[in-house]
Amino acid sequence: MRYTFGLVLALSVFWLINSGHYDALLLSLGVISVGAVTLIALRMDVVDQESIPLHLLRRIPFYLLWLGVQICRSNLDLVRRVWLPGQRSTPRIARLPLPQYSDICRVVYANSINLTPGTLTVELAPDHLLVHTLSAEGLAALEEGEMSRRVSELEQ
Amino acid sequence: MMLDWVSGVLLLVGSFLLLTGALGFLRFADFYARIHACGVTETLATSCILLGLLIQSDSAVPQFKLLLILLFVLLSSPTSSHALAKAAWNAGVRPRDNRGKQPLPLPPGEH
Amino acid sequence: MTLQLTVITLLVVMLIALWRACIGPNVFDRVLAANLFGTKTVLLIAAISYLHGSPDFLDIALVYALINYISVVGVLRITELRNEHAPGDRRG
Repeated sequence: MRYTFGLVLALSVFWLINSGHYDALLLSLGVISVGAVTLIALRMDVVDQESIPLHLLRRIPFYLLWLGVQICRSNLDLVRRVWLPGQRSTPRIARLPLPQYSDICRVVYANSINLTPGTLTVELAPDHLLVHTLSAEGLAALEEGEMSRRVSELEQ
Repeated sequence: MMLDWVSGVLLLVGSFLLLTGALGFLRFADFYARIHACGVTETLATSCILLGLLIQSDSAVPQFKLLLILLFVLLSSPTSSHALAKAAWNAGVRPRDNRGKQPLPLPPGEH
Repeated sequence: MTLQLTVITLLVVMLIALWRACIGPNVFDRVLAANLFGTKTVLLIAAISYLHGSPDFLDIALVYALINYISVVGVLRITELRNEHAPGDRRG
């Protein structure tokens, strides 16, 4: 029930802010479209913990902050590699363990690896990740496992 | 006045990052390395340019729309680059070193 | 002034993406180039709407961002299906 409520709330806010017109006709059209989308989502049986992860809301802002800092740092590193071609970068491809149990945390982990330039998830298997990195240091940073630990903490 | 400066600096940094990504995209020898170069333009450059535009506008609706575009790009770009890497891997494209000559050593069990 | 500069940079980057889409060398490079071209189009529409002073174009940018993502996943799905049907052709 609270997932349905969360979906209705999110859709209504989305509609209200995107529309910018608030007269009776358009508001009623908005109510109809929010209701229709909610009904379709309920019929498709996709309204659950996985599609509306309310339980992550409390911890995810801190994680996003940390991830933003990481993204800036790896961007600077990649800028150096592009403009200073003298630097020898050694690409690596390796497997990483995947300790997260829930699907959503695995997706968050794999997407975080993809968001930081210089590291890329090639394959997401049930028990490991196949990761391509532009440099040996990038792989070492991933293998050290700080990002993995922080993603695991999201669920607790 | 101050905000104009901040917006200008953000737009300039974003443009520089865009050029960097495009140069890497053109110059890197290996396909997987080129995906990394695209990553630069899709995370930090997009954020800088959209935030620079956001500071320039004065009403709430365009600002919200810019934030929505930013959120969507940040959510979809890692997924599409993963889909690309996975499709290339399944089709038999294997990573090479940064000159594009030697294939990289693969982890045991892969081929 | 910086806004004009940003638009010019975006156009240059899109040209580079087109060049990469022309020279390949394989289908995934072309899809990557198309993806880059599409995300830069979203930024270009947003920047041009500010250049004109009418933020109405932002809706178009938003829709373009959605369509671009779906098109990339769709094209990749087609290439994967084709590879499943013809496993001998590994070049893509």
